[in-house]
Amino acid sequence: MLEIGLGHYLTVAAILFTLGILGIFINRKNVVIILMSIELMLLAVNINLVSFSVYLGDLVGQAFALFVLTVAAAEAAVGLAILVVYFRNRGNIGVEDINLMKG
Amino acid sequence: MIIHAITFYTFSSVILISAFMVIAARNPVHSVLFLILAFFNGAGLFVLLGAEFLAMILVIVYVGAVAVLFLFVVMMLDIDFVQLREGFLSYLPVGALVGLVVLVELVLVVSQAGVDLSAVAIAAQPTPDVAVRSNTAALGDFLYTDFVYFFQTAGMILLVAMIGAIVLTLRHRPGVRRQVIADQVGRKREQGVEIVTVKPGQGL
Repeated sequence: MLEIGLGHYLTVAAILFTLGILGIFINRKNVVIILMSIELMLLAVNINLVSFSVYLGDLVGQAFALFVLTVAAAEAAVGLAILVVYFRNRGNIGVEDINLMKG
Repeated sequence: MIIHAITFYTFSSVILISAFMVIAARNPVHSVLFLILAFFNGAGLFVLLGAEFLAMILVIVYVGAVAVLFLFVVMMLDIDFVQLREGFLSYLPVGALVGLVVLVELVLVVSQAGVDLSAVAIAAQPTPDVAVRSNTAALGDFLYTDFVYFFQTAGMILLVAMIGAIVLTLRHRPGVRRQVIADQVGRKREQGVEIVTVKPGQGL
């Protein structure tokens, strides 16, 4: 219990990932919170990558986490830009009202 | 060792509590602030693991850029968040069920299968001793050599995202005077100068 190993970090990451999924499910109407939940899930993935990288002694995992960070930042920027434009056009961001394309 | 354990449990409990508050908070501004707290504690976990560079990048990129972007958007949009929260409780059972299933699966994988650390022997980029080469220097050593194409691709992704965000949110409001360089450069003498013949004693 006091000896912190790889399993501890993986468990924290697993719970964090689950909280992200739960956030997407229970905040089905609010796009902003859904985007934040995605950020949480990406943080969990990064914790996984870094802890494996450290415990396996292989630095590639940390480089990969760096790239995940890059893509997450890009995703947040574009996602929020789309949100702002959508709000400007429709005046509301409710997920159930997003049905212009009748998909 | 005990300090290590205490630090780990502190960071991980705060990260989990704040992650829960992100998805459960009534006010989205509070959600963003808890997200920032979660990222700070994630950075703490990274420092504990010995990945200092990524920890600092996490603070700079996430707290400094992404979370502030979220904060701006949440505060800028005039949305009735109470109305968006309707049905929160009706989604809770199915969400909790899915969450529980995923959690049990993940924890089973971690606890049952275990992790075979014999792969250390075939590490692609073995971690050098921290006393010899720091984490940042070791990352830079191969990020700018073997991984240079991936690095350039990451930069290209950021460029595309930046241009995409600007193009999406740029709008030309009517009635706003803006500088059009082509018009300035293409101005002819006839448009600018008018020769008026003034008769003596009359004025204009």
